[in-house]
Amino acid sequence: MGKISLEVNGRKVEKEASDNTLLSTFLREHLQLTGTHIGCDTSQCGACVVHVDGNSLKSCTALAADVNGSKVTTIEGLETNGKMHPMQEAFKKLHGLQCGFCTPGMVMSAVDLLQKNKKPSDTEIRDWLEGNICRCTGYQNIVSAVKEAATKM
Amino acid sequence: MASLVGSRVERKEDKRFLTGKGRYTADINLANQTYAIFVRSPHARASIKKINIDKALKSSGVVSILTGKEIADDKIGGLIAGWAIRSEDGTEMKCPGNPPLAKDNVNFVGDPVAVVIAESLAEAKEAAEKVEVDYKVLKAVTSTADAMNGDTIHEGIDKNLCFDWLLGDRQKVKEAFDKADKVISIDIINNRLIPNAMEPRACVADYNAASEEITLYTTSQNPHLSRLIMSAFGNVAPEHKLRVVAPDVGGGFGSKINVYNEDIVCSWAAKKINRAIKWVAERSESFLTDIHGRDHVTHAELAVTKDGKFLGFKNETIANLGAYARVFGTVTPTYLFGPCATGVYEIPAAYTNVKAVYTNTAPVDAYRGAGRPEATYTIERLVEKASMELGIDKTELRIKNFPTAFPFKQTLVHTVDSGDYVAGMEKAKQMADYKGFEARRKESEAKGKLRGIGVTSYFEACGIAPSAAVMSLGCGVGLWESAEVRFNPTGQVTVYTGSHSHGQSHQTTFAQIAADELGVPIENIDIVHGDTDKGTFGMGTYGSRSLAVGGIAIVNACKKIVEKGKRVTAKMLEANPDDVEFKDGEFIVSKSNKKKTIGEVAFACYLPGVRDEMKSPLPEGDEPGLKETSFYDPSNFSFPAGTHIAEVEIDPETGHVKLEKYTACDDFGRIINPMVVEGQVHGGLAQGIGQALYENAEYDETGQLMTGSYMDYTMPRADNFPEFNIGYTCTHATTNPLGVKGCGEAGAIAAPPTVMNAVIDALGGQEVTMPATAEKVWKACKNLKKSNAKAA
Repeated sequence: MGKISLEVNGRKVEKEASDNTLLSTFLREHLQLTGTHIGCDTSQCGACVVHVDGNSLKSCTALAADVNGSKVTTIEGLETNGKMHPMQEAFKKLHGLQCGFCTPGMVMSAVDLLQKNKKPSDTEIRDWLEGNICRCTGYQNIVSAVKEAATKM
Repeated sequence: MASLVGSRVERKEDKRFLTGKGRYTADINLANQTYAIFVRSPHARASIKKINIDKALKSSGVVSILTGKEIADDKIGGLIAGWAIRSEDGTEMKCPGNPPLAKDNVNFVGDPVAVVIAESLAEAKEAAEKVEVDYKVLKAVTSTADAMNGDTIHEGIDKNLCFDWLLGDRQKVKEAFDKADKVISIDIINNRLIPNAMEPRACVADYNAASEEITLYTTSQNPHLSRLIMSAFGNVAPEHKLRVVAPDVGGGFGSKINVYNEDIVCSWAAKKINRAIKWVAERSESFLTDIHGRDHVTHAELAVTKDGKFLGFKNETIANLGAYARVFGTVTPTYLFGPCATGVYEIPAAYTNVKAVYTNTAPVDAYRGAGRPEATYTIERLVEKASMELGIDKTELRIKNFPTAFPFKQTLVHTVDSGDYVAGMEKAKQMADYKGFEARRKESEAKGKLRGIGVTSYFEACGIAPSAAVMSLGCGVGLWESAEVRFNPTGQVTVYTGSHSHGQSHQTTFAQIAADELGVPIENIDIVHGDTDKGTFGMGTYGSRSLAVGGIAIVNACKKIVEKGKRVTAKMLEANPDDVEFKDGEFIVSKSNKKKTIGEVAFACYLPGVRDEMKSPLPEGDEPGLKETSFYDPSNFSFPAGTHIAEVEIDPETGHVKLEKYTACDDFGRIINPMVVEGQVHGGLAQGIGQALYENAEYDETGQLMTGSYMDYTMPRADNFPEFNIGYTCTHATTNPLGVKGCGEAGAIAAPPTVMNAVIDALGGQEVTMPATAEKVWKACKNLKKSNAKAA
C-alpha cells in the first residue's frame, strides 16, 4: 500500500492504494470516475485513454504509483463550466458514437491528436486512432468528428 | 409542425456517453458487495474426477465457493436452446443438458466448473488459483467438417448431430438440374467470428432477504426474455421476485441475447450468501465464453441455362453449434439461413440441407445478421462464379434473375412485400462508377497491381417476427413487442419499450416517432427501456426488430392515446367524437374554431371534475388517466434489400489487399433518422469487411482457442477502411404503418461476399477463403503468375 497523490480534473486527490493498482483501476474504483472504461486485458482497445500531464495514455498501461504527482484529465474533466469540449460536441453532431463504450477513450485520444497536429488529414486521423477499437461506428463518423473539431479548436 | 420522422435529430443519449456519465453494469457498485471469479476448464473436453476446494476455502477473504454439485442440488436449471428444430426424417433435435456450472463433464475451454466469491477481486482471483480440479482429459472434436466422424461428445447424441434439417424439395431440384445447360458449384467456408462488443459481459446480483427479491444488473439485449428464461428454465426465482436490469450496454451484436452461466450462478449465489455479487469478464473470458458466430462449411450448386436463367439451387451445409445449443443457436443455421439462401432471385426449385453438429468449442449463436450473412455469402459467391463461367456481366446476370413484380414469392418461405431490386442495382452501379472500372483496372495494372470489382445483391428477412409463424417453426415464444405510452398530468410523455438499445439510438428515434404521433415536443418525451420493473414485457433487440416491431407498438399505443383524446375532447367541447380531428398536437372540432391541445386533454384526463359543476370531462365508460399499451405482433417479416459494390487493389508482391472503394445502396423502407441509419450501415459494413479481410476465430486440434486476445484476433481498426459511399432507394414496407424495414444487419450481411467477390475477381477467379489475409492472397498471386506464364 502506498499513498497516491494526483491532480485529477483540476482537483487534488490523495488515496491509499496497493502498489500494483493500475491507473485505470485507481480512477474507476478509488475515485469512482467510471467514465474511463476497461475493454480488454492486453492494452489494445484504448477505452481507458486519459491524459497524464497533457499527453494521452492508456491508463491500463501505467501503475497509479508510476504517475504519482501528475495531472490527470479524464473524460469527466473535459467540459468547461458545463459546456462540452468541441471534440465532444463534434462527436454528438456527427454521430461519432453509438453504444458509447469506446467513446471516452476515443475522445481523449482525439483531443490529444489535435493538440499535436492542428489540421490532421484523414489518413493521419485514422493512423492516430489505430490504438482505439470501436465495434459500432465503422470509424467513419469518428474521423468526420475529429475533422469538425479541428475547425473549432 | 414539421415532422421529425426523416430528420437528422441529434441523439438524446449522447451527452451522458460523451461526458463519462454512462452507467454500464461494471460501473455499478452495491454496498457490501462481494466479487466473483469463475474457475474455468482449461481443457476442451474432459470429465471431472474431483474438485478440491479445501485450500481455496482457507484463502484470505473467501466468502463462498460453489460448484456444479451445489447448483444441481438446488435444482437450478441449465441454459437452453430457444428453438426446437426437426430433422428431415421427422425426429426432434437432440440437445444435451448445459448446467450453469459443469458437474461431470466440461465441453469447451472456458466452461465454468466453480465460482469463487470473496471480499475483494484480488482475493477472489487468488483463491480461484487454489481450486484444484482433477480432470480426465478426453479427445476433443473441433473441426466443423469432421465433427460427425469424431468421438461422441454428448452421451446419446450420435455423430454429434443435433439435427439434419431440410427446407425445400429435393425431387424438384433434381428435375431442375436435369434440365440445366450448366451447373455451377462451389465449396465455401463461412469463417467463425467472435462478436467482440467493446463492453465485456458483466453482472451484479443482489438479494433482498426481506422482499425475497433478486435484482440482476446484466449486460443484456433483452432483460425480460432473460428473466423469463432464468425463471422458467433456470428456476432461479419466480418472475415477480426477479428483476433484471440491463442499464447502458456497450454493444451486443447478438452476443448479449443469451442468458449466460454467470447470470444464473451469480443470481442464485447472491441469495445463498445473502450478499451482492459482482462479476466482470476479462476480455480473455469474453473471447472464450461469449457466443461465437457463423462457422459453416457449405457445398452449393446452381443450375443455369446457357443464357443465364437460374433453374435450381442446392445447398448442403454443416453448421457448427459449438459445445451446446443456446437461445438462437439452432434457428440461426436453419430458418434464418435456409430461406434467404436463394437470395434476390427467382429460382423455381431449391433446397437447403443443414447438418448441425456439436464440437468442443464455444457455443455458436446469433451474431449480427445471424444466418443471413451465411446465406448471402453462399448465393452471391455462386452467382459471381456463374457470371465468370457463363461470361455474362455480373450485374446483368443478377438483373436477369431478379423478380419483376412484388409481392415476390421467394422460392422457399418468404413473401417479400415490396422492393425494387433493379432500381437498387442501377443506382449502386452509378454510385460506384461501375462503367469506369475497366479504366481503373488498367491504371492499377500499369502500377503492377491487381484490381478487382465485386458485386452483391441481397435481401434479408428481419423484423423478427410474426408469433404464429415463428412458433410454428419451433420458437419457444412469440416475437411480438410491447410499448406503453404514459402522459403525465402536465403533459410530458414517458414511453416504455420492450426493445433495448445498446447503441441503436432508441432514445432518439423512438422519441421522434412518438413526437410525430402525439404532437408533443421531443424534449418532453423520454424513452425508458432495460428494466423488468418498468416496462410491461418485451422481447428485446436483435434481428433488426426494434423499429419494425417495437417502433410499431409505440405507434399503436400513441394511436390509442389519440382515440381517447378525441372522445375526451368531444365531451369537453360538446361535439361528436367523429367530428374531432387530431393534428400537430391539437384536437380540433371540424368546421368550428373549437379545439383542445393534447396537453389540455392529458390534464383533463387526470382531474376528472370541473370546478363549480358536478361534471366530468371524461365520457361515460372512459377511466381517468392517459396511458395506453400496445402489444404489436407483426403480420410478416420485413425485407430490406440492396446492392453493394466493392473494389480492391492487391499488391502481388505482398498479398496485401487494399479496399479502395465500397458502395452500398440499400432499401430500408422509410428512414426515421438518416444520421442513425448511416451509422448502422457503417458499423455493419465494418463487421462484414472485418469478416472478409481480417477476423477469424481459430481453435487448434486440442480445442485451444488460438485467437483469444486482441493480439491474435484481428479487430478492424480505423486505418483499415476507406470512406464508405452509401446511398438508398426506398420502397415502403406494406406490412406496417410506418413502412419501415430495418437496417442494423445489412452491412454485415452484404459486405463479406461483396469484398470477397472483388478479391477473387482480382485473382482471376481463384478461390480464397475468408479472411483474405496477405499470406493467402500472396500465395494466390504466385499461382496466378504461374498460370499466366503457362498461358503465354
